[in-house]
Amino acid sequence: MSARVKWRRFVSNFMLTLTGLCALVSVSVLFLILGYLVFNGGTSINWAFLTQLPKPVGEAGGGMANAIVGSAKLLLAASLFGVPIGFLGGIYLAEFSGSAVASVVRYAADLLNGVPSIVIGIFAYSMVVLPFRHFSTFAGAFALGLMMIPITLRSTEEFLNGVPRYLREGAMALGASKWKTIASVVVPAAYRGILTAILLALARVAGETAPLLFTAFGNRFWSQGWEQPTASLPVMIFTYAVSPYEDWHRQAWAAGLVLLGLILIINILARTILSRGIAVPRS
Amino acid sequence: MQASSKPGLSVNIVTNAGPVAHGEAAPLPMRMTISKVNFYYGSKQILFDINLGIADKRVTALIGPSGCGKSTLLRAMNRMHETVHTSRLEGEIQLDGQDILAQDVTSLRRRVGMVFQRPNPFPKSIFDNVAYGLRINGIRGSTSEMVEKSLRRAALWEEVKDHLHKSAYELSGGQQQRLCIARALAVEPEVLLLDEPCSALDPISTAKIEELLVELKNLTTITIVTHNMQQAARVSDFTAFLLTGQMIEFSPTPQLFTTPSDPRTEAYITGRFG
Amino acid sequence: MATSGTTLPNAGPVTGSRSFLSRLRDGDEIARLITLVFAATVVLITLLLVYELWTNSALARAKFGLHFFVTQVWDPVIDQYGALPFMYGTLVTSALALLIAVPLGIGAAIFLAELAPPRISDTLQFFIDLLAAVPSVIYGLLGVFIIVPLMRTVIFPGLNKPLGFMPFFKGPSYGVGFLTAGIVLAIMVIPYIISVSREVLLSVPRDQREAALALGSTRWESTWKVVVPFAKTGILGSVFLALARALGETMAVTMVIGNTPTISASLFSPGDSIASVIANQFTEATGDLYLQSLVALGLVLFLMTFILNGLARILIVLTTQKGSGVPT
Repeated sequence: MSARVKWRRFVSNFMLTLTGLCALVSVSVLFLILGYLVFNGGTSINWAFLTQLPKPVGEAGGGMANAIVGSAKLLLAASLFGVPIGFLGGIYLAEFSGSAVASVVRYAADLLNGVPSIVIGIFAYSMVVLPFRHFSTFAGAFALGLMMIPITLRSTEEFLNGVPRYLREGAMALGASKWKTIASVVVPAAYRGILTAILLALARVAGETAPLLFTAFGNRFWSQGWEQPTASLPVMIFTYAVSPYEDWHRQAWAAGLVLLGLILIINILARTILSRGIAVPRS
Repeated sequence: MQASSKPGLSVNIVTNAGPVAHGEAAPLPMRMTISKVNFYYGSKQILFDINLGIADKRVTALIGPSGCGKSTLLRAMNRMHETVHTSRLEGEIQLDGQDILAQDVTSLRRRVGMVFQRPNPFPKSIFDNVAYGLRINGIRGSTSEMVEKSLRRAALWEEVKDHLHKSAYELSGGQQQRLCIARALAVEPEVLLLDEPCSALDPISTAKIEELLVELKNLTTITIVTHNMQQAARVSDFTAFLLTGQMIEFSPTPQLFTTPSDPRTEAYITGRFG
Repeated sequence: MATSGTTLPNAGPVTGSRSFLSRLRDGDEIARLITLVFAATVVLITLLLVYELWTNSALARAKFGLHFFVTQVWDPVIDQYGALPFMYGTLVTSALALLIAVPLGIGAAIFLAELAPPRISDTLQFFIDLLAAVPSVIYGLLGVFIIVPLMRTVIFPGLNKPLGFMPFFKGPSYGVGFLTAGIVLAIMVIPYIISVSREVLLSVPRDQREAALALGSTRWESTWKVVVPFAKTGILGSVFLALARALGETMAVTMVIGNTPTISASLFSPGDSIASVIANQFTEATGDLYLQSLVALGLVLFLMTFILNGLARILIVLTTQKGSGVPT
């Protein structure tokens, strides 16, 4: 081996090790985050934390029960708003539309998907908060629901398109109308992928803070119904983290752990469902 | 057996299955020898006890039906099989008397070049494609002269001399393949391996490349895998016929095609299967 | 997301042209109309969004016009608003983020695509995907409690002492600032660069790599001189995507940038970004002009991300075309 070849081999091994380090560093961030959350917030997660309301400013202790319930309400309402639009719109794209219309709708969905979440918040503010003149759970749900639409739409379309032709033709040959075919054969065949997409969309908006800042706003007490402002986990974390109170910092870590834990569980669940295979046998 | 053409290297090459010319001795120098080679992908065996000599400055063709292992054998000759983790080679392959498995693979591949089935020029200009091998090996001298020399040898110079800095992808399929040949020739390999180089090309390009190969053998030893028997008959000096991983026959080309010694060879070349 | 392999691109209308009445009877026409309405809603919402942004910033646009982009003053007291400090902050933090994230991300992608055995590559990619799912506010937590102190105690002294003569590294540092925000943003966008680049690298045809190796290249030479250049358009697309994400990032940046509308060459200076000033001041904006100026900022941000996302999409499509041999 000449000296030059030796050098080239050395460079090759060196650079390849370097890229391995890059990968290691990148992945380890995940464990770093989890580690810090567990370390700083783990001990604070107790029954009191999960079930009590926040204490008055400056007092130690208290919990985030209202934030947890608030987030749950927001996500529920957001799904009720965003998922049907995305799902039915996706059915239209996959089953009924011509390619011109489909491109326009897809483009709009991609555009909506790329809008920064704070701008979605501005939109929700002008559509819901301004006319009614107050912050509300409803407004926050609107903002989050908007963010769920594009993911749901594109995934529904993609997974419906993935259902093989022979399944549809089988149903139609038995006399089923188009919508019956869709409802009874096509959608069930694609449900896994669609469900996964909805879960992933949910996980994504569960952590969104910016769009809630001026829609759902916040609330140190329980929020009744849907028309009052409500606390939510992400906003609570933000408020507590930037505050000057040590005890609030501790609670912010704990809330962060709860939030991230839930999001990661949903993600892992969704990916496991998907990796178990598509519900339709590959021909 | 004669010593190889490399000065200073005294070599005693024994070929277990040198080309069998009826009654004649065949004292041709062997550039590469393949001895008792068995090849596996994982637990599946692909090649069974292959013994073969690649004659210096001649064209040797490997023919056989799909799946017979001819490409696998070819790729073992420049250790390209190592890109697949589960591959395993047993036996010995020698280049100029030295075991190729014991050498540095980077240096080996400079000496044993390869042209692939589908033209695969890099997303660079025509010039940079040919110059690639020169640059990474740090070969001294005028790059543009060496590029021109290679392109001439690949019978492509006249067609591209005014467009050297255009992208290689603007060439036709046949031209791209000749570019790949020029690229391989630039580093002046001792052996050139071609894996079905014309199977993706039209007849005219195929004819051009076949002409080229016959001329190139004066420069470099050529081993070609082809599923086209007529091509083997046209261009090669020696032909090896493989079937399901075994070498059935290895003879001078005219002999294999007119008076094959094995009935299976005869069945294949008369088109009874394949 | 996987799809079955033997389908036609749009297994859509299988029906021939049946009469309208027969379709109506079967309920197909109703189904088509209902789903059409929902699909149209998506387009409607998007149009409405742009419209609302436009009209709700009318006052500000009328009063400031294009000067909005070059005015440095942001003062609610005298009702003067200019976008410059926020655009500066957004661009600087995003640029810093890319400076850190691109080499790291592409390096990691190269490792995952070229070197790691498939199982390890998939496992690591799984973790990267989880990283992409971590919400902004959690990164903000990390930023406030880990990176800000780190900046104060380690990074600032480490850079300021040797390089403090350069305007970029002048002190003082309070821990928050452009560089801190840049670092947090970098951590946030790395997963996007890795995911897209890895996919793009994996799609480079195998015989490109083999051609390079057959010419006697080392692994690194074949990767760096052949595979990466082949994929460079797609990799660039991943960078644009990352940039688009960085520009719109709100919470993590708000928590560590310092929230002072300043334009300063120093990386350690506190500053502000478009997204974070909106987040901080929107609910406190008194007066229409104030609020509409904030909406105008939102419009600017929208346009920036719109253009970037569009470019990114084009670039990524171009790469997938190239893989099939279409000359670029």
